[in-house]
Amino acid sequence: MHEASLAGGILKLVEDSARREGFARVTALHLEAGRLAGVEPRALRFALETLAPGTLLQGASLRIDEPAGRAWCMRCCTTVEIGQRGDPCQSCGGHQLQPTGGTELRVVEMLVEDE
Amino acid sequence: MCVVCGCSDAGATGGVGHEHGHDHDHDHDDAHGHSHDHAHEHVHAPAHEHVHVGGNGDLHFGVGAARVSVPGMSQARAIKLETDILGENNRIARRNRLHFEVHGVTALNLVSSPGSGKTTLLCATITALKARAPALPVSVIEGDQQTSVDADRIRETGAPAIQINTGKGCHLDAPMVAEAFDALHDHHHAHAHHDARSLLFIENVGNLVCPAVWDLGEDAKVAILSVTEGEDKPLKYPDMFAAASLMIVNKIDLLPHLRFDVERCIAAARRVNPAIEVIRLSATTGEGMDDWLSWLEQRMAPVARVAEGAERVTSAAR
Repeated sequence: MHEASLAGGILKLVEDSARREGFARVTALHLEAGRLAGVEPRALRFALETLAPGTLLQGASLRIDEPAGRAWCMRCCTTVEIGQRGDPCQSCGGHQLQPTGGTELRVVEMLVEDE
Repeated sequence: MCVVCGCSDAGATGGVGHEHGHDHDHDHDDAHGHSHDHAHEHVHAPAHEHVHVGGNGDLHFGVGAARVSVPGMSQARAIKLETDILGENNRIARRNRLHFEVHGVTALNLVSSPGSGKTTLLCATITALKARAPALPVSVIEGDQQTSVDADRIRETGAPAIQINTGKGCHLDAPMVAEAFDALHDHHHAHAHHDARSLLFIENVGNLVCPAVWDLGEDAKVAILSVTEGEDKPLKYPDMFAAASLMIVNKIDLLPHLRFDVERCIAAARRVNPAIEVIRLSATTGEGMDDWLSWLEQRMAPVARVAEGAERVTSAAR
């Protein structure tokens, strides 16, 4: 359940940003958790909702995008989409794949309000 | 210049009424991974509408909010963070990595399920290294939720060990390792071994899921899988085997009593990580131990490179 630690990291990013930008609350939070990032979005959402009361994130709506997994197929010499690690290349069926996308795990943007 | 898309007319209009309808089709067709660790922030004035259209036609976040903010809600604003959630951990991991390099330390992050035989393997490895390379300093950072049982077992071999108890935590992170490494130095090295190579084993919390995500600054992750577990485990927990450089198939002395297909297990690991190396080993009988020690030897920086690294840092400090 490392999503709880990640939620803590997200809150810290938000709090750091609040200190710099001087806002009072977050009304919407937009995250990206790629399909190959090793994170379960539902667990992350649950962890954030548990953490939010009493923080800047209280009442914030949450959006978690899940960018598709992409990998470079060494046999086809092209980029293919994969659902998860261990999936075969859709064109050649091989597993000589190097993930190139869908590994991102980041806070994209947030909507904030001043007092 | 508009800080989001780089277009030049935003500066001229001051960002007011500046509408964006551009496509951000973020295709990474090249083979390199993208990580955005930096914390650049873009603050939008409320009237500055941004429509980020993703590759799939979905509209990104900023749009609706900006619309809401137009009539009398000027206090609302969007802040574009685009910050890696693991950025802080990764920053400290990079610092650890540099610290290790300067000190000639080869750090290995040992990951596995609980009960795969990590600590037994470590004890056997330390004992074997004493015979093979008596001058090589070996130290251990032990991660468990509770107890110092494992660190005590390591200390019995004579190697310095620091136990980290994570409490409810399911993994080690880079700050924990930084602190433990400092403690090891205070106790045992007094920061004075720029001239020697050494090995640092970091035994992570027994967990095949979470530790895959946290970089500790290690030279490599080593995944240990015992033959009493399922041979499909690399497919069930792909992130960990994808992150590991080496898989040790442990407890192979038990193979005659089990229906465990080693070849199938290796094929499963290579499906998620075509480059993964494999060593078959029994910490109990010592079979495969030579392969493992040779792998460690190869992984360690040559003495010359360590001296050069120390010199580089010394001259940088001047």
